[in-house]
Amino acid sequence: MFNNFFHRMASPKHFYGLAGILIPWLAVPCLLLTVAGLYYGLVKAPPDYQQGDSYRIMFIHVPAAWMSLFIYIVMAGAGAIGLIWRIKLAEVVAISSAPIGASFTFLALITGSIWGKPMWGTWWVWDARLTSELILLFLYLGVIALNNAIDDKRTAARAVAILALVGVINIPIIHYSVEWWNTLHQGPTVTKFDKPSIHLSMLIPLLLMAVAFKLYYAFVVLMRARCEVLERERNSGWVKELAEKT
Amino acid sequence: MNLEEFFNMGGYAFYVWSSYGIALLVLLVNIIAPLRQRNKLLNKIADTARRQARRNA
Amino acid sequence: MNSDSLTRAFLILIRRDLMLAVRHRAEMANPILFFVLVTSLFPLGIGANPALLQAVAPGVIWVAALLAALLSIENVFRSDFEDGSLEQYLLSSHPVSVLVLAKITAHWLITGLPLLLISPLLGILLGLPVDAIKVLFITLLLGTPVLSLIGAVGVALTVGLRKGGMILSLLVLPLYIPVLIFASSAVDTAAAGLPVTAHLSLIAALLLLALSLSPFATAAALRVSLS
Repeated sequence: MFNNFFHRMASPKHFYGLAGILIPWLAVPCLLLTVAGLYYGLVKAPPDYQQGDSYRIMFIHVPAAWMSLFIYIVMAGAGAIGLIWRIKLAEVVAISSAPIGASFTFLALITGSIWGKPMWGTWWVWDARLTSELILLFLYLGVIALNNAIDDKRTAARAVAILALVGVINIPIIHYSVEWWNTLHQGPTVTKFDKPSIHLSMLIPLLLMAVAFKLYYAFVVLMRARCEVLERERNSGWVKELAEKT
Repeated sequence: MNLEEFFNMGGYAFYVWSSYGIALLVLLVNIIAPLRQRNKLLNKIADTARRQARRNA
Repeated sequence: MNSDSLTRAFLILIRRDLMLAVRHRAEMANPILFFVLVTSLFPLGIGANPALLQAVAPGVIWVAALLAALLSIENVFRSDFEDGSLEQYLLSSHPVSVLVLAKITAHWLITGLPLLLISPLLGILLGLPVDAIKVLFITLLLGTPVLSLIGAVGVALTVGLRKGGMILSLLVLPLYIPVLIFASSAVDTAAAGLPVTAHLSLIAALLLLALSLSPFATAAALRVSLS
């Protein structure tokens, strides 16, 4: 979805303008879907017969975890495109995604921990899925740190792309960890290839929140990308004009 | 469920509401941070341009 | 340029690094000393309870090996970077990935192999049973090259940076974690008397993966750092 979009964009200036137009068109549906998801998840869905009402944390935890993986793949993919075809906007998307991905990973870890306390009796356990998700957070932080350590933005983007690609091996490990190892964490219930083993009244808010989070990522990455573009193009005429106007 | 049940979350109020609260915080920060950075950046660029103009004048 | 001259270049590079290392023989002792010292800190810090030490020994020895590998990997490109040889590697007609593999091989022979050879002693110090020490040796044999290979990518990404050292740890340690988990789990399982073929196969798979991918990633990273 995004690669197509950026291929059509030739210049940072056009991207800046188009992103500015797109952001509200993504943010408003995101807000609506979030409200709907929260309503169906917090109010309409019945309590779980085993977990009571605490399972409602799932409507944040699971979409956040999905986003943490999704954003990493986008980041690595955009990084690869920037590395191979030297497309500036791919570099911008890659580096703009890192803090957002880190935030979702952090959110997944902390909501998982809070949910785990009443469910498993402990705030943390070093099983395969939690450990590999924690490694994912470290990988994001490493990408951010490496980008900050290198002064030249284009060199930094290439270095960060290599790092992100090396870390991609962690993604299948996280996803399949609950199948490969005996873990405390719940096994796959939604992404199984047969009928998902979750009740519809819980599945609907989950999917609503999942789509809402995707839209959230879309408009927030555009916001960050606009900043990155301004920074990179700060010596060009259109940026100076833009700064004068504000 | 009524309002009281909603806040109580079957006894799990602390866990559920702290999770949602942290989520709200994280999501808001990720929106506010780029906005502030953009304004800061544009101001900085405008300042630099002004200083350049003064020097060249 | 034919494969014959490439093989010669590969071997010459290894021989050169080994010769340089032998000239600074004292420096070769540093990783070993670090390894032994760090491992010894644990009985001193957590008490000499033999059962406890035996239980933590696999993880402790492996963490110490990991840290020793991290500290020493920084030097794999340092001297070549400083005297300009690194740029020459990039400009040469040989594929950089092969030259990089030569550097990493030499580096492992100088720093990883000594750790491997002294590991049985550390196993005895911490009271590991003989079967576990054998498995420890095999995990280090398979695992320390992986550490060198992964570490090389991190070093290549940071070789041009001023404060490269700190950020190197941040980049490389998360990638070391799977090796650590599989290896210490293998030694634990061996200490319990159970078969470890599966664990060792996994580490061997990691080694093959690193061996085939790391030289290319390192070469690409070097090109970026030296651009």
